[in-house]
Amino acid sequence: MGLLSWLIAVPFITTLAVIFTPASQWKAVRWISAVGTGIQLALTALLTYRYWIAAAPDTTATMVAKLTKLYFVERIPWFESLGIQYFVGVDGISVSMIILTSIIIFTGTLASWNVESRTKEFFALLLLLVTGVFGVFVSFDLFLFFMFYELAVLPMYLLIGIWGTGPKEYSAMKLTLMLLVGSAFVLVGLFAMYHVSGLHTFDLQALAGASFSKDFQTWVFPLIFVGFGVLGALYPFHTWSPDGHSSAPTAVSMLHAGVLMKLGGYGALRIGVYLLPEGAKAWGLFFMGLTTINILYGSLGAVMQKDLKYFTAYSSVSHCGFVLFGVATLTVMGLKGAVLQMFSHGIMTGLFFGLIGMVYGRTHTRLIPDMGGLAKVMPWLATSFYIAGLASLGLPGLAGFVAETHVFLGGFFGNPWSNPTATGVLTILATMSIVVTAVYVLRGLATVFQGPITVAEYETLTDATLPEKIATGMLIATLVFVGVVPQYFITLIEASVMPMINRLSMGS
Amino acid sequence: MTTEIDIQHLGFAMRHAWLVPAFPLVSFVLVALFIRPLSQRFSAVVATLAVFSSWVVACAIACEYYRLCPPGGEHPVLVPWAFEWLRYQPGFTVNVGVIVDPISVLLMLVVTTVSTLVHIYSSGYMKGDPGYGRFFAYLNLFTFSMLGLVAAPNIVQMYVFWELVGVSSFLLIGFYYQKPSAVSASKKAFIVTRFADLGFLIGVLTLGYFAFNLFGATAPAVSARTAAHCTMPLQPMDFLYLTSPEFLAKFGALAAGSTGITLLTVAMVLVFMGAAGKSAMFPLHIWLPDAMEGPTPVSALIHAATMVVAGVYLVARMFPAFAVSGAALLVVAYVGAFTSLFAAVIGTTQDDIKRVLAFSTLSQLGYMMLALGVATMDSPLGYTASMFHLFTHACFKALLFLGAGSVIHAVHSNEIWDMGGLRKKMPITHITFLIATLAISGFWPLSGFFSKDEILASALANGHTFIFGLALFVAGLTAFYMFRIYLVTFWGDFRTDKAHHAHEAPPLMWIPLVILAVLSVVAGYVPMGKFVSIGVEHAEHHGINFAIAIPATIAALLGTGTALLLYTGSGSRADAIARSLGGVHTLIKQKFYIDEVYLFITHRLIFNLVSRPIAWFDRAVVDGSMNASAWATRASGYLFSWMQTGQVQSYSAWFACGAMLVLLVLWAALI
Repeated sequence: MGLLSWLIAVPFITTLAVIFTPASQWKAVRWISAVGTGIQLALTALLTYRYWIAAAPDTTATMVAKLTKLYFVERIPWFESLGIQYFVGVDGISVSMIILTSIIIFTGTLASWNVESRTKEFFALLLLLVTGVFGVFVSFDLFLFFMFYELAVLPMYLLIGIWGTGPKEYSAMKLTLMLLVGSAFVLVGLFAMYHVSGLHTFDLQALAGASFSKDFQTWVFPLIFVGFGVLGALYPFHTWSPDGHSSAPTAVSMLHAGVLMKLGGYGALRIGVYLLPEGAKAWGLFFMGLTTINILYGSLGAVMQKDLKYFTAYSSVSHCGFVLFGVATLTVMGLKGAVLQMFSHGIMTGLFFGLIGMVYGRTHTRLIPDMGGLAKVMPWLATSFYIAGLASLGLPGLAGFVAETHVFLGGFFGNPWSNPTATGVLTILATMSIVVTAVYVLRGLATVFQGPITVAEYETLTDATLPEKIATGMLIATLVFVGVVPQYFITLIEASVMPMINRLSMGS
Repeated sequence: MTTEIDIQHLGFAMRHAWLVPAFPLVSFVLVALFIRPLSQRFSAVVATLAVFSSWVVACAIACEYYRLCPPGGEHPVLVPWAFEWLRYQPGFTVNVGVIVDPISVLLMLVVTTVSTLVHIYSSGYMKGDPGYGRFFAYLNLFTFSMLGLVAAPNIVQMYVFWELVGVSSFLLIGFYYQKPSAVSASKKAFIVTRFADLGFLIGVLTLGYFAFNLFGATAPAVSARTAAHCTMPLQPMDFLYLTSPEFLAKFGALAAGSTGITLLTVAMVLVFMGAAGKSAMFPLHIWLPDAMEGPTPVSALIHAATMVVAGVYLVARMFPAFAVSGAALLVVAYVGAFTSLFAAVIGTTQDDIKRVLAFSTLSQLGYMMLALGVATMDSPLGYTASMFHLFTHACFKALLFLGAGSVIHAVHSNEIWDMGGLRKKMPITHITFLIATLAISGFWPLSGFFSKDEILASALANGHTFIFGLALFVAGLTAFYMFRIYLVTFWGDFRTDKAHHAHEAPPLMWIPLVILAVLSVVAGYVPMGKFVSIGVEHAEHHGINFAIAIPATIAALLGTGTALLLYTGSGSRADAIARSLGGVHTLIKQKFYIDEVYLFITHRLIFNLVSRPIAWFDRAVVDGSMNASAWATRASGYLFSWMQTGQVQSYSAWFACGAMLVLLVLWAALI
């Protein structure tokens, strides 16, 4: 069994271990989950190290050749009659997404240390979901990909519906239905490709060799992009996100906004742009426009929110807009920026939702106007919150800046298939969000943390506990690392987007 | 005279130029994470020593630079140390490094000197504050960011540290985070400068786009000799590339559509927008007076001597590009000139000593901007004058703020009308404050006289008579408002008990005052023209030009005389004038209601007319239509559920009907 299979197996085995632990032993469940995700984190470190060694760019000349390959490939025929196989492998994009997922699930486990109702079921579902996420990021067979994709989406319904707050059943239902409609779009697209290619295979690399006509690509691409876009909060299919996030329990919000929403951008990039380059060219400008709306609309919508979770959810709509915007620019810098934004937004928003949970656990309210002056009693949480906020407004030195400048440069430099004036104007519109983001982040955080303490009971609240400090500390360290020395990450991603860029430029 | 420089074999300080920003960075991390929880006192010591070490290295770099390129000769730009930080795409890389040329050397010296003195001063001023250690961590963070900005050899690094100084400024303005006014001032400062930075960012994107695309990845735009002064190959974002004649000639020829404006002008005006935000030029000045909510040492360091001159520095750094554009340079000149007048007028009416100084800073920054604006590549005296004034202003304005801090420390109030008679109680503060007041007012033989003289001379020499006249008037106003606060604070009777019981500051606080006072006296004698210049032509240090010095001195004397007339003895004369001006006085005192205009635009218009409707639209329309589709699905389910009776008879009846319908359709299709 290869490294990647282990990467899928470990969370699954942990799920089983949790299931077979008696429910009364809920403290053991926490530890099993923490150990399981800890092992996963170690495996991820090993994978990253081995990938870096194997694909190490010794010279610039061999870099592209080495990094564009897939590594640790495992291929096992599964339903041979249908051309379905178990085909896993990784490239730089997958590796960076796996790192993200491992960090989020580990810190999410620590952040859920206080879940005391049905602890066992909660962790079992959470780990099952993560199994799906890891599966998606290593699958290079479309059927396998789709199977894991659904595995990642469905447990969400139960996690929100049972452990959520507020109108949780409504939110859970809405989220699941909207994402399933998106999946249906994707499924139609996938079957169309399977059928039209005539190759009788779901192998992603084999399908890349198929010659799809321009017309075919032009009608399939929007299905794929919108289908995945729903999960990536593409306007106007983003409305599940505010409701879903506000109802979800802490770790689920972290995982959902941090990782699951990235599956959308990942799918649009991996399947949409890679397999359907002509379709991407035809639709690039349209989707750039739509995602520009995402970016501005999300940030303007966030200004007026009163609930910290709605606030962060709208902020996520804006930031995930950068991911899809980057994909739609169809440039090297844009695609790199999209991947990097997936990573940095994942960490940042994981930190945000984790912190919201921690603050809520103390104040029992998430309403911004009800809080005030909390920095005095919880300096650690306040500082972490500010760092997350600064990352989200694109402060240099934190990961968000590197990603956003890539996306902006990609959009501004434009591509040969779209009107350069239009792409330039759209990019300038998108840059305006940096001001709006500063407005809502600083307004919101100042109300919650600064000024005098507004409620007398808040005087006695406590600062972060040890697991909370470890969780937030890890996330902050990641943000700082990527922000200060971005070149490692860029190297990881850069060559892996080259195959997509090559396919785009081949056709013209 | 040309000098041959071997970039690979420089002295120790040059090769290790990164030490200058590195000391405060390391100290910031150490103090913030490890030392602060252990010992407040030790935090201050470590922080101060770190900045002092930077000062030592900066001095060594300055010595070495001027040994290689002697004063009066040519002053090439060197990049003795750099590394590849971020590769956006092949041929488009950002190399973080340290640039060494006259202006960066000057700024490094100014920043490290003032920062060291402010650190020493703060260790006395902030004594007893619960956030003592945190304060020093922030000061170090700021000093690191500012030095990184000064050292930036490319526009992206400049932008990166530009934002970081913004954040450190934000943290320090809001240092008293439980005080609502400080919190809102810090937000305002960040958001206003962020808005300006949007322009900067778009300017950077534009410059980057054309720098990359006009020459492709292959053709280096600058001559081999310039490139030989850098340790890394030049990149499109490097200042050397962006200000090279080759690039500017090609880029300057491109017109923006059919408007008659060149794209270069557009780009430079956008870049200037960022500079105007950071240097608080009208109409982006509104954050600076409020920034005085921060502790006074912060105002001295960040909002007087260093960060606010970053905008001036940026314009100076990009000066050749502004010069080629021409139109953009005029924008700089007039915005600077207007700001200097506008702020000086407001400064005459404010009662908060720090706010008067803040408006004075605005006015003097306007002076520096207008000096740059009137310079040209052929006649670059204004460029030198601007840097000269930046240097002298840093000395006397830091001194004024620290002196004000000492007074505030003694009487626990910012209002000048709570003070009075302090010259007897605080002799050292009084004398040093007087020196600074004389210097900023432009009296010979203090430093301000020389730098102002050079600015006025450059305006006149390049035919900007209007700006010259305006600057002369501002010089008079400056003397007036400075003597106003000086007289009210230090002369007359004690107006409050606090003033009566005031006493001199501790040595940790007055020693920096004395050092800065000495600098304020002697700084004017530096032959700046020999050290700082641009282009081939060397700016002559022209000695004293009496045609300019005499009117300038008269203006200063007039201002001082008016202040003496109005503010000695009883204050009734000033009040009478204020009353007779009526509405005009109120208008000025309320700072022309610019803040209210902004509040109206942001809160009334943007929040209410854009943000709130979007939030509503999202819930009601976008989400509403999603819910509506769900409802429609459900409703259609209900609608057809009556067919599901469970009776075989009705099912078969429906089946028969359906089959008939199909047959009918087929039949219709066939005939």
